[in-house]
Amino acid sequence: MLRILKRIYHSGLLTENEPDYLQDPEVQALGSELKTVVDAHFNGSLAIRAVDAGSCNACELEIHAINGPHYDIERFGVHFVASPRHADVLLVTGPVSRHMETAVRRTWRAMAAPRFVIACGDCACNGGEFGSSYASCGAVENVIPVDLQIAGCPPSPVQLMRGILALMQKAKKI
Amino acid sequence: MNRFDWLSEYLARLEDEHVVVPSGNTQSLAPAHLLIIDPEDWAKVAVVAKQMGLRWAAIWGDEQDHDIVLTVVLVYQGDYIALRTAMTGDHPVIASHTPVYAAADRMERHLADMLGVQFDGHPDPRRWTRHRAWEADEYPLRAHFPAAGQGNGLTPADSDYPFPPIQGSGVYEIPVGPVHAGIIEPGHFRFQAAGEPILRLEERLGYVHKGIEKRAIGRDAEGLARLAARISGDSTVAHSWAACQALERACHVKIPAKASLIRGLLCERERVANHLGDIGAICNDVGFAFAQMQCQALREQWLRHSLTLTGHRLMMDVVLPGGVRVDIDQAGRELLRAEHVWLREQIGPLFDILNDHPSLEDRLLSSGYLSPASAAELGVSGYVGKASGQAVDLRKDSPYAPYSRLSFSVALSEAGDVAARMAIRQQEIYSSLELMNEMLDILENTAESEPTQVKLAPILGAEGLGLIDGWRGEIISHVRLDDKGRIAHFFARDPSWFSWPALERIVLGNIVPDFPVCNKSVNASYSGQDL
Repeated sequence: MLRILKRIYHSGLLTENEPDYLQDPEVQALGSELKTVVDAHFNGSLAIRAVDAGSCNACELEIHAINGPHYDIERFGVHFVASPRHADVLLVTGPVSRHMETAVRRTWRAMAAPRFVIACGDCACNGGEFGSSYASCGAVENVIPVDLQIAGCPPSPVQLMRGILALMQKAKKI
Repeated sequence: MNRFDWLSEYLARLEDEHVVVPSGNTQSLAPAHLLIIDPEDWAKVAVVAKQMGLRWAAIWGDEQDHDIVLTVVLVYQGDYIALRTAMTGDHPVIASHTPVYAAADRMERHLADMLGVQFDGHPDPRRWTRHRAWEADEYPLRAHFPAAGQGNGLTPADSDYPFPPIQGSGVYEIPVGPVHAGIIEPGHFRFQAAGEPILRLEERLGYVHKGIEKRAIGRDAEGLARLAARISGDSTVAHSWAACQALERACHVKIPAKASLIRGLLCERERVANHLGDIGAICNDVGFAFAQMQCQALREQWLRHSLTLTGHRLMMDVVLPGGVRVDIDQAGRELLRAEHVWLREQIGPLFDILNDHPSLEDRLLSSGYLSPASAAELGVSGYVGKASGQAVDLRKDSPYAPYSRLSFSVALSEAGDVAARMAIRQQEIYSSLELMNEMLDILENTAESEPTQVKLAPILGAEGLGLIDGWRGEIISHVRLDDKGRIAHFFARDPSWFSWPALERIVLGNIVPDFPVCNKSVNASYSGQDL
């Protein structure tokens, strides 16, 4: 136990302050607003349900990273939930494979309004390398309505956080 | 023993069975030997191979001039042979290898769905890759099947898949997925349990099938590399390398030594990054969040250095046909050396804690056991195989540049449990660090002016085989070019084809709540299997 405590003590706090990873002044402004918006419109917590609709799993790796110690998105009140029933936002990765088409629709329908959909990554935005085919519906918007797109292959953790902040800005106006 | 010394005995034993191998060559699929087999003898070649202890590694099919051409890859002591047969495409029927090699099961079913080959004697006639996006009598890999599909209505859920029923007092089923509770890929698991222990698990995959094989057809070399980089995002370097190696062999191109060294460095970086993530996630799945946070922190630093070196955190699209996109200069080499020292300093005390922590031992030791016999039967490679006594490592058994000039030891255990799969990952991180330092030493003595990429001139109609040891294990890629130098056929066999069936055995007798940690210890790719 002492070894664990020693290791934790020496690792210190890795979570980075906003200016370190959000160098873009515009994004910094968004960052400081995030908590305000989440507090005001989502009662202090924004719940995201991530659904892989056909991705190559690279997007998933980066979504994991924003929950890691360096980014720790939970400190802004944003957290990932296990059920669409608990979610405000559906974060969809991948082109929607035809085999996942119905599952994605059902997941979206299971969410309570108001609900938002983010298409995460190039495949989710426009079909990416896989496009539309006998096996793929292409972009997420071909299957369910999309509120915001986050480009990138895969989007970096910073791009993901920017995207979620941008969605908050949009949601504020609703 | 020299390479392929055993092959004469295999051919002699085939002759005893009255199997004549009319032709073959050592060039077209080098380093594999290609043997042409009569369709009538398809079952016998597998039986004899099994008797001699050959490992069954892959099957793919291809429509060429209305004929269906099947190729099976078998391995013995690191030597690869490819058995090939051709049948008329009207109603292709051939003997199944599954009764002899359990490993052949899902790949044969994949071919039945995709190409319409009927495998006689296959013990499981159910569909595998096909859900309901196309009809049972349509085959996407046939030449006349339009890549865009026919009729683009809503694809219904595959709700009537015939899972075998189970009966008994107190026996119940838990259907899980395709949408899972965590941030992971989709697939369906059907658990049958009595009380807490799992009696049976059946996986139903294919949810992320996005037509990679069909999508590859007609692409140029660069286009294929981009697609291969996205077969399984966590193995982007390894799959790109395998596809590019296949292309380069098809085109008889030798890449510069510097390029293969850089590929080796990137591939080992990918191994380290994924092992770090997995070790943390395994511990997290038994509630030990400390390890998860520590490992994620190390992984994040590692990915940031990958970004500095290659411009991409996961090193996607860095391996290109003919070489690599980036050079690693003096500054890059210094960065890497310092980073290797740093990581070694970090993981030493951390792994000491993980390996000597009673509450972790309690959950990881003896959980999720895969016997060496099962691992051998299923043909599992990578850390899942190595934890169950299968010393399959292409870097050692069938070395390619740059590994042919490097020395390292392969981690191996017979314990077969979750703890062993974690221990193998730890040892592989150490061995990758040593390998990378060796590569940096050689790179130091390589001229700065040496190019990192050479041009690829397609040889019309040629084919090539890529054999790469990715972080999950053996990857086999096959590429055939058409008469315009474009891709006519592409198949990539991810190691997950074999570790998924292994998971079905691993969980038996374990309690349902231990499924996540068993699953994480295997960490098979959905996307790499579904294609």
